[in-house]
Amino acid sequence: MTTPTSTPPPRTPADPTPPTENVRLAKVAADLQDERLIQPKGLGGSVRAFGKRVRSGDIGSLPVVIGLVVIWVVFSLLNPNFLSSTNLVNLTLQCAAVGTISIGIVLVLLLGEIDLSVGSVSGLAAAILAVSFVNLGWPLPLSLLAALAAGLIVGLLYGFLYTRFGVPSFVITLAGLLGFLGLQLWVLGSTGSINLPFDSWIVQFAQQTFLPDWLSYVLVVLTVLGYGAQLLVTARRRAAAGLSAVPTASIIVRSVALLVVLAVPTWYLNQTRGVGAMFLLFLVLVVVMNFFLSRTRWGRSVYAVGGNVEAARRSGIKVTQVYVSVFVLCSTFAALGGILAAGRLAAANQGSGGGDTNLNAIAAAVIGGASLFGGRGTAFSALLGILVIQSISSGLTLLNLDSSVRYMITGAVLLLAVIVDSLSRRTRVSHGRA
Amino acid sequence: MTVLSPEPVQDAPTSDLVLSLRGVNKNFGAVQALTDIDLDIYSGEVVALVGDNGAGKSTLVKILAGVHPQDGGTITHDNRVVPINNPADSNRLGIATVYQDLALCDNLDVVANLFLGHELGRSTINEVEMEKRSWELLRQLSARIPSVRIPVASLSGGQRQTVAIARSLIGEPRIVILDEPTAALGVAQTAEVLNLIERLRERGLGVVLISHNMADVQAVADRVVVLRLGRNNGEFKVAEVTSEEIIAAITGASDNAVTRRAQSRADSAAARPAADAGSTPASPPEEDRS
Repeated sequence: MTTPTSTPPPRTPADPTPPTENVRLAKVAADLQDERLIQPKGLGGSVRAFGKRVRSGDIGSLPVVIGLVVIWVVFSLLNPNFLSSTNLVNLTLQCAAVGTISIGIVLVLLLGEIDLSVGSVSGLAAAILAVSFVNLGWPLPLSLLAALAAGLIVGLLYGFLYTRFGVPSFVITLAGLLGFLGLQLWVLGSTGSINLPFDSWIVQFAQQTFLPDWLSYVLVVLTVLGYGAQLLVTARRRAAAGLSAVPTASIIVRSVALLVVLAVPTWYLNQTRGVGAMFLLFLVLVVVMNFFLSRTRWGRSVYAVGGNVEAARRSGIKVTQVYVSVFVLCSTFAALGGILAAGRLAAANQGSGGGDTNLNAIAAAVIGGASLFGGRGTAFSALLGILVIQSISSGLTLLNLDSSVRYMITGAVLLLAVIVDSLSRRTRVSHGRA
Repeated sequence: MTVLSPEPVQDAPTSDLVLSLRGVNKNFGAVQALTDIDLDIYSGEVVALVGDNGAGKSTLVKILAGVHPQDGGTITHDNRVVPINNPADSNRLGIATVYQDLALCDNLDVVANLFLGHELGRSTINEVEMEKRSWELLRQLSARIPSVRIPVASLSGGQRQTVAIARSLIGEPRIVILDEPTAALGVAQTAEVLNLIERLRERGLGVVLISHNMADVQAVADRVVVLRLGRNNGEFKVAEVTSEEIIAAITGASDNAVTRRAQSRADSAAARPAADAGSTPASPPEEDRS
């Protein structure tokens, strides 16, 4: 950016700090000079600082991870098949479609808004894909584009209604929930169910495509190297700028930890079918969205609008564009999720995107740590949340429990997640970390 | 024009007339919020804008900030008549406004708030450079913020005010408007903010300070402009005025039935000499009314 901000402000004529103190301060990084700052020292210090952060309500994704571990332990005790490689491969494939929808939900939650119609929009996209590809004989890429475009148009409509008329997103998308369900049924026509050919690329991709073992390990190593390199570059740039930098030892520890977290599940999945291409697509989408949210101006403005929309407007952020872009992304992710779900099912029917798709997607985002109050959460919320939801669903299915019980338990977990969100928000406020 | 030429401050590099309002009017429906307001803002000078509730201070600030365009009158910037129709116009003229509610995003850290809407970096945000600049800026203001990587929610009132003022300096403004910066602050924090205002003056910025607190005004301002019921009601050099005189101008203690009757008699006798009152320099009310 080449605004006037890029020139450093003129120095004050009188430097208030006496020269001796400047000499003393010069040895300390610019951001660690305040004597009130509590600085963690060494590895033990980092651990203590982490414990302190958790106690003050800045818990991040800790409850989800703990919850996930508890769920997995309980279900593997009840049914040893739960943690089998076969079941976990299925689990990852089940995660992908709804998880993709959930990424969009995280985005709207960051603004403090909601989209209740993602299920219907995903069903509509599935119907458009099936009808145009099978009944009308369009080429597959064109059908996919048409389905995605439907999501995009829905998002534009929501954005327009929200920014132009100020209707609450809750109401707009509730109307959309009904309206697009109707549109889905109309598009499907009297048949009500259309099968996608098994040899079509989309079905193959969703059902049969798995990474070769070597490729999965290569990707793991590349990811870890990229992560470590990025940390190293940041640390070097911070040191060059006279700021405190993460010590190299800590970077190595973190990279090794990431290596373990990625390599062990990959190895375990590779015992049977391996890492599904659809699940990899979902992971890539999560990482890409995380990049956009944390590193770009657009992402920063999303958090700003979610935190204080008036402040964002006064600082020159084009709030309307932020809202429209997020609604468009959410609906497009919903459409993509619908396409993946149709591919996995090899069919689009009247039930596509119905049932619990909607609430699972929203619950996943909330369980994963996206705050309903706006301004808090990351793209990884979608990944963690959907893992929890699908683990419960898969575990209960293995126990031969009825869907009635499944709904009740998922509802209870959602409630628990929202309570944790509210409690940690209250703790954050009282510890000054809101 | 300048009955009261501004006293040059020692440290100020220049003391030019940056912005000048003449005969500015604003009405909201049937309410005439501002009538023929004159205001001059010089670089390197703190001008306090005082007045009772409803005197039109906030309306005047909103006109300068581009929230409401004025209905009549002219705004001159560097001897050029300029329109201020929206906040972007105001920004372009180098006017930065710090509102009373500060408009900070509690969920973002200090760096993100300072550079909100003006992030550095080309395609991605350059966090390192932003943090470095943040520290430079805060050090120049001698601001006492322990860490710039903590959410703004965890800062004290004075620190939040400091962040809001520091943020207004990011765009290299020439005029900073502070709306009641000390209203919600304790004694020590108020002193910190007053120090900050003096540092803005030392940097050669024109500062418009809106305050109800006469002690603050007398402590930091060079010039006081009094508004009363949407009109100019006196302009004083702080060095030459007591707070009683300012308060008299604010409350209209010299404006009562007797003086008004004398005024109307004088007006009718002089065949409406007040017709061009809007373009005559503002003067202490005692002279106006007698």
